[in-house]
Amino acid sequence: MAAQPSSIVDEPLEPADGVSTAEIPAEIHPDVALVERAKAGDSTAFEILIKQYERQIFRTALHITQNREDAEDITQDVFFKAFQKLEQFQGNSKFSTWLVRIAVNESLMRLRKRKTAKTVSMDQDVETDDGSIPRDFAEWRPNPEQNFSQSELAEILNKTIAGLPPGFRTVFTLRDIENMSTEETAEALGLSVPAVKSRLLRARLQLRERLSRYFRKGTDGARDAMRQITRQ
Amino acid sequence: MNCTDFLAKLTDYFDGQMDPDLLADVKAHIGSCHHCEVVVDTTRKTIEVYRGSRMYECPEELAARMRAAVMKRCFETGKLPDIEIKTQKPAAR
Repeated sequence: MAAQPSSIVDEPLEPADGVSTAEIPAEIHPDVALVERAKAGDSTAFEILIKQYERQIFRTALHITQNREDAEDITQDVFFKAFQKLEQFQGNSKFSTWLVRIAVNESLMRLRKRKTAKTVSMDQDVETDDGSIPRDFAEWRPNPEQNFSQSELAEILNKTIAGLPPGFRTVFTLRDIENMSTEETAEALGLSVPAVKSRLLRARLQLRERLSRYFRKGTDGARDAMRQITRQ
Repeated sequence: MNCTDFLAKLTDYFDGQMDPDLLADVKAHIGSCHHCEVVVDTTRKTIEVYRGSRMYECPEELAARMRAAVMKRCFETGKLPDIEIKTQKPAAR
């Protein structure tokens, strides 16, 4: 069973090839100085850190929970929890990765409380082959998104990504939307790098398969699909 | 390389994490298999359309409101010394 992110201590990463991380000169991230100032009680430094990452944390929480009010609450809780636990941040990971880890934990907890969600952990719905084998080989139109209004496209993308299990949705969000590296995503989610790669592949393929009904060549099919989505 | 082998390498291919020999094999497979060529094109487009959609943007007004609420909670812990400066009332004469 894959581990769930539970601790918010930024533990050092395991050396990949037996080399001690202490031997590798690390470049100090500017956030480290801000964190040190915040630890010393400098409110301005902490406010700068919030400003830098509030949007990323909000989007991440919203992608996982699919609920705007929850995302607002979670964003506030993440930064307050980070403030309370600043002493536990030792600079072994990026501050942003540490925040995302807290945000993922808080978001999954919120889904569990809501109880209406079918799956609420990073581990569920990952053993199935569903969606991991492409079945639709239709070509898409060039710039297919231009065939829809902005609001139609937003609805299509929302409904499509909302249909993914939270574990897949979260990996896709962090890697492909937030542009985090595979290693940072693994660290934030408490998963191995191969597990992140596997889930990312499945997430991408499932989204591709579902978007194909809207974006494939032949406008009638796309419009029919759009009419169906607006009736749901 | 067959289609199953190719799919197993798809994530590394998109991430540009592939040694040159393997990359050449992957490109050769894409060139010879129309189905896999479509999968590559449409998966790449899937990523691009989400990345370009600016979904779930956080308006400045909301960001400012959330930030103020967080800072208020932080000050209330008493761990930020300048709470005294910000909240202290002028001493009565």
